Amino acid sequence: MSRARHEPLAHLALAAAGETTGPDAGVTLQAAPYQPAVILRGESGNAAFLEAFRAGMGFDLPLAANHVNSHAGATALWLGPSEWLVQSTTGQAEHGRLAAALTGHRHAIIDHGDGQQIIRVSGPRARDVLSKLCPLDLEGPDLAPGRCARSILARCSILLHPLPGGGYHIHVGRSFADYVWRLLADAGLEFGVAIGGAG
Amino acid sequence: MLLLQCPWCGDRSEEEFACGGEGDIVRPLVPEELDDRAWGDYVFMRRNEKGIHFERWRHAHGCGRWFNVARSTVTHEILASYQVGDDRPELPE
Amino acid sequence: MRQAINRLAEGGRIDRTERLSFRFDDEIMYGHPGDTLASALLANGVRLVGRSFKYHRPRGLMAAGGEESNGLVRLRQGGRAEPNVRATEIVLFDGLVAESQNRWPSLRFDLGALNDRLSPLFPAGFYYKTFMWPANLWPSYEAVIRRMAGLGKAAKSGDPDRYEKKYAHCDVLVVGAGPAGLAAALWAGRTGARVILADEGTELGGALLGNGQQIDGRPGTAWVAGIEAELAKAANVRLLPRTTVGGYYDHNALTLLERVADHLSKPDQGQPRQRLWQVRAKQVVLATGALERPMVLANNDRPGVMGAGAVQTYINRYGVRPGRRAVLFTNNDSAYRVALDLAQAGVEVPAIVDLRAQAPLGWRAELDRFGIEVMADRAVLGVAGRNAVTGVQIGKLNAAGNGVVPGLARRIECDLLCLSGGWTPSLHLLSQSGARLRWDGTPGCFLPGEAHQAVRVVGAANGDFMLQDCLTLGAGAGKSAANDAGHQHRGRGPRKPVAAVEADPTPPRPIWSIPGPGRDGRKSGGKAFVDFQSDVTAADLRLAAREGYHSIEHVKRYTTVGMGTDQGRTSNINALGIVADALDVAIPQVGHTTFRPPFSPVTFGALAGGQTGPLLDPARRTPMHGWHQANGAVFEPVGQWHRPYYYPKAGEDMAAAVNRETLAARTSLGLMDATTLGKIDIRGPDAAEFLNRIYINGWKSLAVGGCRYGLMLGEDGMVFDDGVTARLAEDHFHMTTTTGNAAHVHDWLENWLQTEWPDLAVYCTSCTEQWAVAALCGPNARRLMASLCPGFDLSAEAFPHMTWQTVAIPGVLEGLEARIFRIGFTGELSFEINVPAGHGLALWEALMAAGEKYGITPFGTEAMHVLRAEVGFIIVGQETDGTTTPDDLGMGRMVSSKKDFLGKRSLSRSDTMRQDRPQLVGLLTDDPGHRVPEGAQLIAGNNPAPPQRGLGHVTSSYHSPNLDRTFALALLQGGRGRHGETIHIAYDGRAVPAQVTAPRFLDPGEAAK
Repeated sequence: MSRARHEPLAHLALAAAGETTGPDAGVTLQAAPYQPAVILRGESGNAAFLEAFRAGMGFDLPLAANHVNSHAGATALWLGPSEWLVQSTTGQAEHGRLAAALTGHRHAIIDHGDGQQIIRVSGPRARDVLSKLCPLDLEGPDLAPGRCARSILARCSILLHPLPGGGYHIHVGRSFADYVWRLLADAGLEFGVAIGGAG
Repeated sequence: MLLLQCPWCGDRSEEEFACGGEGDIVRPLVPEELDDRAWGDYVFMRRNEKGIHFERWRHAHGCGRWFNVARSTVTHEILASYQVGDDRPELPE
Repeated sequence: MRQAINRLAEGGRIDRTERLSFRFDDEIMYGHPGDTLASALLANGVRLVGRSFKYHRPRGLMAAGGEESNGLVRLRQGGRAEPNVRATEIVLFDGLVAESQNRWPSLRFDLGALNDRLSPLFPAGFYYKTFMWPANLWPSYEAVIRRMAGLGKAAKSGDPDRYEKKYAHCDVLVVGAGPAGLAAALWAGRTGARVILADEGTELGGALLGNGQQIDGRPGTAWVAGIEAELAKAANVRLLPRTTVGGYYDHNALTLLERVADHLSKPDQGQPRQRLWQVRAKQVVLATGALERPMVLANNDRPGVMGAGAVQTYINRYGVRPGRRAVLFTNNDSAYRVALDLAQAGVEVPAIVDLRAQAPLGWRAELDRFGIEVMADRAVLGVAGRNAVTGVQIGKLNAAGNGVVPGLARRIECDLLCLSGGWTPSLHLLSQSGARLRWDGTPGCFLPGEAHQAVRVVGAANGDFMLQDCLTLGAGAGKSAANDAGHQHRGRGPRKPVAAVEADPTPPRPIWSIPGPGRDGRKSGGKAFVDFQSDVTAADLRLAAREGYHSIEHVKRYTTVGMGTDQGRTSNINALGIVADALDVAIPQVGHTTFRPPFSPVTFGALAGGQTGPLLDPARRTPMHGWHQANGAVFEPVGQWHRPYYYPKAGEDMAAAVNRETLAARTSLGLMDATTLGKIDIRGPDAAEFLNRIYINGWKSLAVGGCRYGLMLGEDGMVFDDGVTARLAEDHFHMTTTTGNAAHVHDWLENWLQTEWPDLAVYCTSCTEQWAVAALCGPNARRLMASLCPGFDLSAEAFPHMTWQTVAIPGVLEGLEARIFRIGFTGELSFEINVPAGHGLALWEALMAAGEKYGITPFGTEAMHVLRAEVGFIIVGQETDGTTTPDDLGMGRMVSSKKDFLGKRSLSRSDTMRQDRPQLVGLLTDDPGHRVPEGAQLIAGNNPAPPQRGLGHVTSSYHSPNLDRTFALALLQGGRGRHGETIHIAYDGRAVPAQVTAPRFLDPGEAAK
């Protein structure tokens, strides 16, 4: 019997699920559960590579900076001119399809699902909490919902993804998850923090 | 705190970048052919310009790309930002 | 109890229906909402508020805002106590407690006031003249001087409050919410631009709150309320009252200190006390106003001498009259309106003394109505009274303004002297931005010159002292700033406000220092202060000039003028003028001192922000962190990682725990969390060629399935990282780096790939976070692995040292395989097991459970250091220090002769070829129980007395239970040729003899391979 995958924030987020500080929580923190993800490397200028991705995944890789494309449970987030984060909600199969589609084209696929933690920050004061820690212009057009940007949160590297439905996904390296969670909880104290369950 | 123009990501705060010092230093193709002085100049000697300084930055907490910047060391005005491999742009006098 | 004897019956922006009690020193008093501590003290008739810095002279309030330099108090108590807060900026709250400073035993009776009588002993630069000899006594002098001179006392206990930082971005940042700033914000905001309007005060309005001026036919305060209401409703405008813009940095980055809760007795739950904003603005509008200068004259620091504008503010804004009988002394028009406001408030005003030959005519009728005499072409020469003003001496100056015309002296009794020495535009922020300032002799002040950043200056800060100019030019600046930030008015802008008509001003007559009442005009009747906070007088400045200090920057440092927390707001221009006169040059030739951020003092709490205590620095955790915690690990920071240092059992100290861990790993089985090693995935057809250029050794010959140890050098030939890299496929490598250097190495690889070798088809991608690594080592390692991976051939033939394989671990990893590397850092039989991080804890627990029968022992970084040093493995950053070559470490044989690589050419420089370079050796002290400290210097002889020629230093030093003695690694000059010699290790005045050996103390033998 295999042991379940261990979640980086099991000791904080899951333990505190449902708790709230302050009367009306202005911000809600949630630790997203593991989701398969890879870093995809390839050349933006390589038409055959782009076409192979499209053929295999059914959508285009985003080529413009800070853009996000998705289709049928798979999402590609632009990280750099030769780098994307590809996530899937449907499991590892998606990534098998990706690897098969790109065979023969210059690329690299690096597993990343265990290497990151996604923290969801939502609620009416979510932006106010982030603006205490992140130098990005959160009101600017580059961070409209559905875009993404790498930046820093305090002294940690993050990928920030404003969600179309409101709130943000903050991707952090797994080892930083505990620190970033505590930072966000502290920064939100002024507005009241609710801890959402996994999901 | 400077505001740098990443050629890919646009205006971002200096906190996201790492400075790589003087740019446009070309590694000698055959180092063995250089005498100690010429090799030492390549490794150690830098211009430390008062005026326009051509330097390299990496968007370390962003897209990860290295790029070139022309910056006035007197006013910190940034006169140009351009990708590695691009020619130096024409700058106003 | 004190009565609020100076509170006016009506008027002002205070709420008389509510009383707030507060304590100043030992007295309880009352004020009202809307008061500052300063206005409440004045209302209660308190004149003496502090003692001066150097001479301990009695001082009273002079100003109503941030330029106050006398009324510095210690506010609050316990951990919240804060020294040197300006009473004029403290919003009164119920229960406020404040103390006067720099007095002992009490404010009224202060022993330090003796300094004033002894002042001939304390001329400018007295530190340098008096106490520098004999030098060894300076510490005793210093202690006494520091106690006598100085400001308030800091809190002794921790600060209980929260602080935070906040980033903001805007199109237009408007600094100052006086008439010009409000107009600018309104016009910019109407375009839809993102606007931030910040002002120091609790209320918007600036000078309009205190000067009674009219706009659009109604009080200026009513106009302010209308604008504020509109701005507050606009979603694109952020109003920040109680916020001081203190720093103007590059590319329009500004820092703002918001006093979020300083007006409350304590912050609400979760609320920060202060917030430091870091604003990036596309355009900046500075509407920072102007500050009124005092006149420099004898005893101009007596309690009851105040700025004329400040007095006006106390009357109109706070409903306080600061005296009963007031004389005004001015060189410009602004004091005339103050005289009328005083008279209207019921203060007797016998005279306005005007330096100018021609007093302005427009006021005549109103002045006559109150019987106010205008004494033109006259000066106040001196002030009578010690703890309070009792009168002024008046005379006529000669045409040059540097002497007194005899025979025209006159004395007027009064308890308040209002000074207006002209207005100084507040250009600190503009100057910080890199802009030049230019001197304008007509108003007698510096005005904005050429700017380097996207900034506009409007209102009094720009020398536009007329209200209508402030409104019109402010609006224009707001509009054009928004336009330049990409926003246009749709339709017409707001209606233009119209100020009440003002008479054209009569030009001021700047006289920087009023001659004293004595016969020669110099022998004055008392000290004439220029800088009240630093206690610098006109005589000090003249002395400095006579002693050869001609640069204003030198005068500043020698006399300390302008060096207080007020940054010379009221003193800079007067000081310049006096120095220019003394040197007989024009003011522009003297120049001005450099303005540096912050404009106002900033608390350390705000600078630190929210990242303090446990949030100080990122603490990176491995997937096994919780297990380490639960099993008593003591952690050690390595870079940002928190790694187990050792795992003490009950009753064990560090040495005992490390000994136990070290022994277990050599004799049976040890387990270490090696997750923190940097890992980089390197893939592409040119990957092997790329590694060949990066590492000193060759990589093309490494077979798929193999691992190899590599060293990286900087171009200077010095070792900068090491680690084992495995070949996963023909075009695919897995590189490991040292824990603390992972990001640096990745930067380095990308640097070469992107900038120098873009022709190489290689991708480098960090995968440090993806993998958990458990390092298993010891003679029983293979047996344990066999029990976890049944059926897998683990023999040395099938799975040799320096190779890797993917292996299933049933029951731990389902549907996944571990990558196992037959490598280690202890010299023992080792397996480094890599699994996806989410399975790291399960793997660790499975290893611990299966290893129980072998006494498996988790070990920390200290035991790891001992184990690796026993077999002579180096740690980059410990055995190397950025000046160490591979050959210095005895790894010269690794250097490939068949290829070029980064740093290779430097290895044949004359300096790197020297025979006497420090080289890695082992050291065994003659006393096997003696452990020398790391960093200790190596010397030849047994006498440690300096001076010594150092021969090198100890890089690592441990006790080894396996050797049953201490041992050390060291870098020793020419060390490889000195094995067998005795050298000495010098520290703490001793010279410990030790034998030089090879840097390898133990050989685990072939079984460990």
